Amino acid sequence: MRVPLEWLSEYADAGLPARELGERLTMTGTKLEAVHGPTISDEHFVVGKVLDAQRHPDADKLSVCQVDLGGRGTTEIVCGAPNVAAGQLVAVVEPGGVMPDGTKIKRAKLRGVVSNGMILSERELGLGDDHGGILVLDGDFAPGAALGDVLPLATEVLELEITPNRPDCLGVYGVAREVHATTGAELKPPPWADDPGSTGAVEGVEVRVEVPDLCPRFTARVFEEVRIGPSPPWLKARLTAAGMRPISNVVDITNYVMLLTGQPLHAFDLDRVAGQRLVVRGAREGETIDTLDGQTRTLEAGEIVIDDADGPTSLAGVMGGARSEVSDDTTRVLLEVASWHAPAIHRTSTRLGLRSEASGRFEKGLSTEQTMEAQAVATRLMVEVCGARLVPGTIDVDVGGAARAGGDDHKRLRPARVDRLLGMAVPRERERAILESLGFGVEDAGDDLAVRVPHFRRADVTREADLVEEVARIEGLDRLPATLPSRNGVAGRLTFEQRARRRAEDVLVGRGLHEVVGWSFTEPGVADRLRLPDDDPRRLFVPVENPMSEDHRVLRTTLLGSLLEIARHNLARGRSDLALFESGAIYLDAPPSADLATGATAVALRGRHDGLPTEVHALGGLLTGRVAPESWRGAGDARWDFFAAKSALGAVLDALRVEWDVRPPGHPFLHPGRAARVFSGDTELGWLGEVHPLVARAWELDGTVAAFELDLGLVIANAPQEIPFTAFATFPPVLRDLAVVRPADVAAAQIVAVAAERADAVEVFDVYGDSLAMHLAFRAPDRTLTDEEVDERMAAIVATLRERLEVEQRA
Amino acid sequence: MNDPTQRISELRSEAEAAIAEAPDTAALEELRVRYLGRKAELPNLLRGVAELPPEQRGIVGRTANEARKGLEALVGDRVAALEAAELDARLAADRVDVTLPGAPPQPVGRHHLLSSTRREIEDVFLGLGFSVMEGPEVDLVHYNFDALNHAETHPARNRSDTFYVADEAVLRTHTSPMQVRAMELYPPPLYIIVPGRVYRRDSDATHTPQFHQVEGLAVDEDVTLADLKGTLLAFARAVFGDERDVRLRPHFFPFTEPSVEVDVSCFNCTGGFMRDGSRCPLCKGEGWIEILGAGEVDPNVFEYVREHGYDPDRIQGFAFGMGIERIAFLKHGVPDLRMFFENDLRFLEQFG
Repeated sequence: MRVPLEWLSEYADAGLPARELGERLTMTGTKLEAVHGPTISDEHFVVGKVLDAQRHPDADKLSVCQVDLGGRGTTEIVCGAPNVAAGQLVAVVEPGGVMPDGTKIKRAKLRGVVSNGMILSERELGLGDDHGGILVLDGDFAPGAALGDVLPLATEVLELEITPNRPDCLGVYGVAREVHATTGAELKPPPWADDPGSTGAVEGVEVRVEVPDLCPRFTARVFEEVRIGPSPPWLKARLTAAGMRPISNVVDITNYVMLLTGQPLHAFDLDRVAGQRLVVRGAREGETIDTLDGQTRTLEAGEIVIDDADGPTSLAGVMGGARSEVSDDTTRVLLEVASWHAPAIHRTSTRLGLRSEASGRFEKGLSTEQTMEAQAVATRLMVEVCGARLVPGTIDVDVGGAARAGGDDHKRLRPARVDRLLGMAVPRERERAILESLGFGVEDAGDDLAVRVPHFRRADVTREADLVEEVARIEGLDRLPATLPSRNGVAGRLTFEQRARRRAEDVLVGRGLHEVVGWSFTEPGVADRLRLPDDDPRRLFVPVENPMSEDHRVLRTTLLGSLLEIARHNLARGRSDLALFESGAIYLDAPPSADLATGATAVALRGRHDGLPTEVHALGGLLTGRVAPESWRGAGDARWDFFAAKSALGAVLDALRVEWDVRPPGHPFLHPGRAARVFSGDTELGWLGEVHPLVARAWELDGTVAAFELDLGLVIANAPQEIPFTAFATFPPVLRDLAVVRPADVAAAQIVAVAAERADAVEVFDVYGDSLAMHLAFRAPDRTLTDEEVDERMAAIVATLRERLEVEQRA
Repeated sequence: MNDPTQRISELRSEAEAAIAEAPDTAALEELRVRYLGRKAELPNLLRGVAELPPEQRGIVGRTANEARKGLEALVGDRVAALEAAELDARLAADRVDVTLPGAPPQPVGRHHLLSSTRREIEDVFLGLGFSVMEGPEVDLVHYNFDALNHAETHPARNRSDTFYVADEAVLRTHTSPMQVRAMELYPPPLYIIVPGRVYRRDSDATHTPQFHQVEGLAVDEDVTLADLKGTLLAFARAVFGDERDVRLRPHFFPFTEPSVEVDVSCFNCTGGFMRDGSRCPLCKGEGWIEILGAGEVDPNVFEYVREHGYDPDRIQGFAFGMGIERIAFLKHGVPDLRMFFENDLRFLEQFG
């Protein structure tokens, strides 16, 4: 809301500089967004009287004018306007003045004649588009007077953020009330205090409201002998400063009154209202109306239209109809000021994309009393500015009046409650003074205050808490002490899952991985690029109904897509060694049991849930290039592959003490021979492997790309929370090595498992062809084992390997 | 025959002189053998004591024994001294170029700036007695808007502002839906923060369609607006520095009453102006930076959970919501929020 300081000061003059006033308002809830400088600011802009205007000796279209600037003497100005004439009062800028567009005026020679400044047009003063001639001032002004004293141009403009609960502050007078309450500046009587109009029926005009729920009040007045024309400069200046474009006097008056009172108005050309009869009714589905922006609008049932005898002529509260628009020929005006059901206006304006100053106010909920306030102000201006004659009477279909009479605007405020909610004491008399300054009525009611809410705050202040807010914001929140809650014994802590999640992330960071944060959004084609079969649950995308772009139209079902995107981004920037992980959510359009681990098929799951999608907190990694920078010691050039990735993944699982193993096969997006699923017992935790070269290529990645993804929630659910102490052996172990030869179909893990049945620790230290070598450690809790005892166990291991797995000890 | 004690004394002096001059441990060993070995003169003297006249036995035996022990001790000391000197010499010769890089290399990983900032915020509030809760990112309109007292006409409900996945389900637009969900789960007193990802249909240098917030909720019988101020002051000082101040400005949110916006005093300037007198680019000369929205929980919100122990006549509390990106942006001066989700290593390596 742009509020010209000059206009505001007419109703409450705090005598403060614009910025300081804005800061005071900010601290009471009306935030200053900006102060816009005055259009003209300095003493170079003055009123001049044209004493003489002669044709320029060398130019047909120029006049050489002698201009009286009062105490500043008489000066000679060359003027190109066709309408300049002796006797006019005009706006003059002298050399040195800075124009609204920033141009500095200098003394100039025009075709040989020196011009000491310029006589200004409306457009040059920022008052409108009229550049056909100079602005002729209408009034009894002294030559030499500052132009800013004559036209409201020298004002600064406060741009204020009005919160949606305060539509009353979408009018200058409402802001003046805030200035009064905040600064103590005297609040002048409202501009509607004296209504020049009268009540009673208006002859020859009829209004019927068929939908009183959607239109609680409809008022109308009729004006005759209206002379349409441009508005006077003061009116144009105020509208312009407030950010609206002057159009014609009748339209300008409706806008001006809206800016002053907060209540929108609409002017009909009464001669174009068929039958001189208006009917407010609910729209029929699919009917059309031509609005005054030249478009044909199709309506939905439940929206509000105003009919005349020929059908729809206005889209209530949103935009007038083309048929009854005020034009240059208009002489009779019907001025509508109505209250509309806020949600209905909101729905229509949103649906049609027609958000205007009027609909923006209506949809916040205005009081029905505001209608007559606006009629009063508009009536006076119609008479004064347009020379109109008011037809006696006021049409007032006031359904809301009964509701007002029946409603209770009285609220109780307990001073003790104020102190308890705020944590600071506000004296009772101070509470009373604050509320009264805001327009509330306050009476004593025992220990409490009985507060009457004024109509313009009725929608916002409905409970005691709302009154507490009024007291608090005017009393000043800077007075609040800074205390801490007593907490009543509550302690803050992380859950086991939260601590375990941090640990898992820390393990990867500690191993040199960088954490990334990908987009939740993706596009469904990623499933094809990942070669997912039709029944893969990762095709159960949650669709976004209104995405911002095509490649963000579903939510991701795996972190792998995000990681591949990020890898591509960095590889394209020359970073070929990448060790990345993400800890974040994936989303499945399926019930919670259908997480990645179950292997359930998409067809069986889709549409089975009636609630929200399943969100899984996943931990995914992508690893490619060198594991570490090359060393000067030349200890080899380790690169990320299946085993390096398994090592990183294992570090996470081991850190959390999860029992785990891996089992082929992997997934279609992985190398068929270098991939596996990760299990804890029978629970599938996720997968691990080298990315299939065709998948990698789809993301423009070359070389070996290893990756993994775990359901981190499931991992943590399989981690022990309580760790009891286990006694450890103090006697030294006996160490032996065992080398075996295995058939092709026997997995290393099977051999290790057999050895571990009798050995206390097994470490695979060499694999070559079909042979595998292990370090074994044997120990007893109460003594050092003898060689004979260890020999027996070794023999048992060798025998078991042979019997169970056909694995032979290497000769 | 000479006086044996005289000979012992000569031997002792001779040996002492030789030991003192021995240049290394090898020479010392040679001296030890020469003077104290099995075939050496001094031990032989000792062994021959029995053959001496009785009046000489005592004095000679004693003298020889003393000489032997003295020499043994001297050799021992000298060996220790020489070994230490030889170790020093060896170590001094064993010199590496300490400026070479460590090996094998240990690559350094980093937390994402959003994660490290989230953890920092979590840790501050854990210290203030809050627990951490999380909730669904796809949530019902009921929790995201209705139960938070959003009017039917609230613009945030528009499809131009909010992502919908169904008529009644949205990508949550704030972490606030967890207020009602948490109160449904736990009776008061409740002190929680809720970090998490949220979504709005907005995209430019200062808005991304996904971003992260931390919600705060403290509900008890006596949690006041002054407690909100104290809590956020402690937070602001922990995160932005001990000299910070906070101010509360009245504002409007549907689910708090009274509602405030909270500013922290600018940490880039003094009162809005830089040392050279120019206007501070961070706070735009205001001296204050908006960091979050907050307020006392609106009684209408409590009405949704009244039967869970939240009677608005008895229970009160505060709620706040802050943007993690905004905190990180303010602390580190990240120029474009889109960088958070681009995950360029040159960005990732700078933080965490």
